[in-house]
Order: sequence, then structure tokens, then C-alpha cells
Amino acid sequence: MIKNISNLGDAALYCDFGGEVNKEINTEVIQYFRSIKKEKIPGINNLTPSYNKLIISFDLKKTNYKDLKNLIENFNINKYEKFKNKKIEIPVCCDESLGLDITRLEEKLNIDREKIYENFFRKNFFCYMTGFIAGMPFLGDLDSNMRVKRLETPRVKVPKGSIGITEQFVNIYTFESPGGWNIIGNTPLKIFDKIQETDPNLINPGDTVVFKKITKDQFRNYNE
Amino acid sequence: MSKNYFKIIRGGINTTFQDQGRKNLYHIGIPFSGAMDNRNYLLANKLVGNKSEAPIIEFAYQGPLLKYFGTKINIAITGDVNFIINRNSNQIIGKCYQSITLENEDELDIISTNKSVYGYLGISAELKLKFQWSSCSTNTKARIGANDGSKLKENQEIDILKINKNLTNTKLDYTNTKIEKIRVIKGTNFDYFSENGKKIFFEKEFTVSKLSDRMGMRLEGTKIENITDTNIKSEGLIKGVIQVPADGNPIIMLSDHGTIGGYPKIGVVISADYDKLVQLTPGSKIKFQEVNLASAESLFKLYELETQNLISQI
Repeated sequence: MIKNISNLGDAALYCDFGGEVNKEINTEVIQYFRSIKKEKIPGINNLTPSYNKLIISFDLKKTNYKDLKNLIENFNINKYEKFKNKKIEIPVCCDESLGLDITRLEEKLNIDREKIYENFFRKNFFCYMTGFIAGMPFLGDLDSNMRVKRLETPRVKVPKGSIGITEQFVNIYTFESPGGWNIIGNTPLKIFDKIQETDPNLINPGDTVVFKKITKDQFRNYNE
Repeated sequence: MSKNYFKIIRGGINTTFQDQGRKNLYHIGIPFSGAMDNRNYLLANKLVGNKSEAPIIEFAYQGPLLKYFGTKINIAITGDVNFIINRNSNQIIGKCYQSITLENEDELDIISTNKSVYGYLGISAELKLKFQWSSCSTNTKARIGANDGSKLKENQEIDILKINKNLTNTKLDYTNTKIEKIRVIKGTNFDYFSENGKKIFFEKEFTVSKLSDRMGMRLEGTKIENITDTNIKSEGLIKGVIQVPADGNPIIMLSDHGTIGGYPKIGVVISADYDKLVQLTPGSKIKFQEVNLASAESLFKLYELETQNLISQI
């Protein structure tokens, strides 16, 4: 449930679901997000779900904070069905030319690369949110012995398709972008497809993701 | 019928197609985009008799040099812009906020913006552009929108599908004013900062850094000290949010911002001040002034009224 609603500037509602990051709270955020989106409330021009917050921004010419807050506080999500989630398999090549930070991770985690990859490939990951850049999924959770901080100095260019880890999360760079996550491999799969206007994201909040190891040859010859 | 088109002889620094932007895509990581200075965007369209949501050419600092081929067409430039029209061997000094009729082989040279960042070129025509999610707005980072998601480049052409035949002369008496105090509402992490940090935020002057673009405006000044945590769990952003990373220098989110961020939010620029904020050039000095939500809402109504009033004068 929403614990508190406050204003973020003069044209957005800041809905707080709590301070922790876990699947239960995030599932509630996603349920609210999907239900409100479905309702197509006049004046709302964007909904941004994240781990434990939902930001609802609106057109100040059409509505205002007080009216919209009142509406959201009395919004009944129970009448909406549970939404279906997908399970998606993502091929990843871990050749050293693509797993840019694996040596650094071996040192930081004090685990050898075989064990790092073994741990990574046996997990099911939950998609908490997508964004920052178009289509980028934020997946969790990594085991506690696999958690590291961001790079001290972020890269100016992280290659498209890179799989990065930081803290308990995994993400995928949907296009070349600056970034500070620790890169362990690369996927040839298109995660964001701007041509698909109705559903450009392969992975959406609530979905489950598993990674599958592929060889460098399979990576090179990958055909979608 | 021969085709009407503009040929780009010089692209300019950051020349893109923009309109009112695209809604309802933050949740997949796509920002609003759209014209940075919305009032000047609307005025340019009105001056050439276009619909208010029509695509426009936005330029920053140095604009494009375009050569026109075709039958007579009206254009208008808004902002604070120096430009000339080369017709045969004559040079005509351009004036902002009025319609200008271009003839075949005229050259429009948008030399520079004057102590401001963005200017707008409205063309009284339907342009051949690709729309994505009902908007032509170009986001060069995500490569989304018209012109394959790229800036306008030399040697390319802008094709015109249909010229508005009504060549009425329009004019508006308007001067852009400068802003020195940016009005803000306290952010959701305001209490992450030390008493001294909060004081610095509202009392000290900040300088707009060179590292500013359509995504964000970086500021430099006295470091704002965080006493709680320099990271938060990543959450949604909106344009106008002022984040303070560990280095203590504020960054203001602008129209092409990343949709999610993990730095504490000290404040949010009010909607009424956004158009003027984006026009601040690197090196400009600014101060933040706190307002409450009710004031921000009335200031926005006033801003809207002024904009509508200007539009109705054309």
C-alpha cells in the first residue's frame, strides 16, 4: 500500500511505498502502476514505478496536486486483475573481451571467475523496474557474496548489450551509454526495439529473467 | 510539380526537430523531450500559422545555414537570435518574432543566439518527418524521433510535403527577459543536507557549467554538504528536479533527462520558471529562491495567461 503521498515540485505526486527494496513492495508498486495506467486518468502524463516509489507526473494545465492526490488516495486497485508476467531467457557471452570487469570482480569479491559465473547463471532474476535509459531493466537479487559497488570512475562509453552488476542488482545496457556498473558479459539480443511502438521493451517490471551462457561463436553468429 | 525543400549547408551546434514531446513513456525509460523553451516554440508556430503542436527546428548557440528551393514560403524565428537572409547578392538583417517570406534560392543564415541558448525556426508547411510515439521530437542519446534520432547535418535536405499557401504577415512585439532567481519547491530529500548545506543552496550564487545540454544543467558553486547519504534507492525523475551527487554540485534535470536517478533531490524548479531556466548560458550566475506549492501553482497560471495573451496578439 501507499504509505505517504507528497509533492515532487508542482507537477508530480511522489507515492512512497516504504524504504526497503524487496519483491513484495515492488509488486505492489507495479500493481498500482499498471492499474492507474489502465484507467487513463485525464491530466496524468507519466507514471514512473521504481523499487519502492511511484512518481505520477501531470499536466498542470489540466489538473493539480490536491485533486490528483485525492483521486489516488481513493483509488481502488482491488478491482483490477493480477497481471501476467513473462519468463525470459537472455543469452550472454562471457568472453574476456566482453566481460570487461571480470578480473576486477575476482579481486573485489575474492571469488574466481568460474564461481562468479556459476552463481550468476543459476539464478532467476526479478525485474523491479525499467528506465534510466530506454528499456534498461533493473534485475535482482544477486546473492550477498556477489555484491559490489559501482566503479569509482564511471566509463564514458559502456558498449551496447553489456550486462552489468552493482549491489544486489543486474542490468543490461540497451544502447551505448555512459555508466558505472561492473560489466561481466554481453548479450546479442535486442532488449529495446524502438520500432515496436506498442511494446518496445523485451523485459518489463514484474517479469523473471534467466541468463544462458553462449560461446563467442554463438555470439558472433547470433540471429534473432 | 517540383519539390520544395531546404538544403542544410551548415548544421549548427545542436539543431534538432522538436514538438510538444512524448508522454506516458517514462516507465520504459523514454523521457518527455520536446522543445526546451515551450513559449518560444508556441510563438514560432503561431507566427507562421501552424497548429500549436507542429514540428519545429530547435537550435542552440549557433544555428543552421539553410538554402531554400521552391515556391514562396513563410518562416519565423523566435528567441534572441541574430540571423540574416541572403537573397541574390543582397543581405537582409533578420528580425525575430515576425514572419518572413523566403523565395527560391534564398539562404537563411542563423548566426547565433544572443546571451541565450535556444532559438526556434517555424516553417509554414507540413514537413516530411518520421514520428515515433506520436512525436517527432529528436532524442539524440536514445536515437529516437525525426531525422533518425540525429542532429541536422550538412548536406542533408528537409523535404516539404505541403506549403501553407496563406502568406499573411505577422508580427509580435516581445522581448525575452533574463531570470536571475530560479524559484524552487523543496525536494523530497531536502533533509539529507546539513543546515549549512541548505543555507548555501538558498543563499549562495551558482554558476552554470559548460557541461550542460538537453539532458541536464550542471551547476558549480559552494559544495552542498550531505549528512545522510549521497545515494538513494534509484527512483523516478521529472524535469526540473535538482539532484546533488557526492561532489556537492547540483545538477538540474532537463527535457531529455534519464528517467531514473539515485542522487538525493534537494529541490524542484517550478514549472513557471522552466523556459527561462533552459536559456541560461554557461557562466551565468543564478540563485535559488524557495516558494511553496500554492505560489508555484499561481505563478504557473500567470505564466500560462501571459503565454496565451502573447499568442492572441499574433
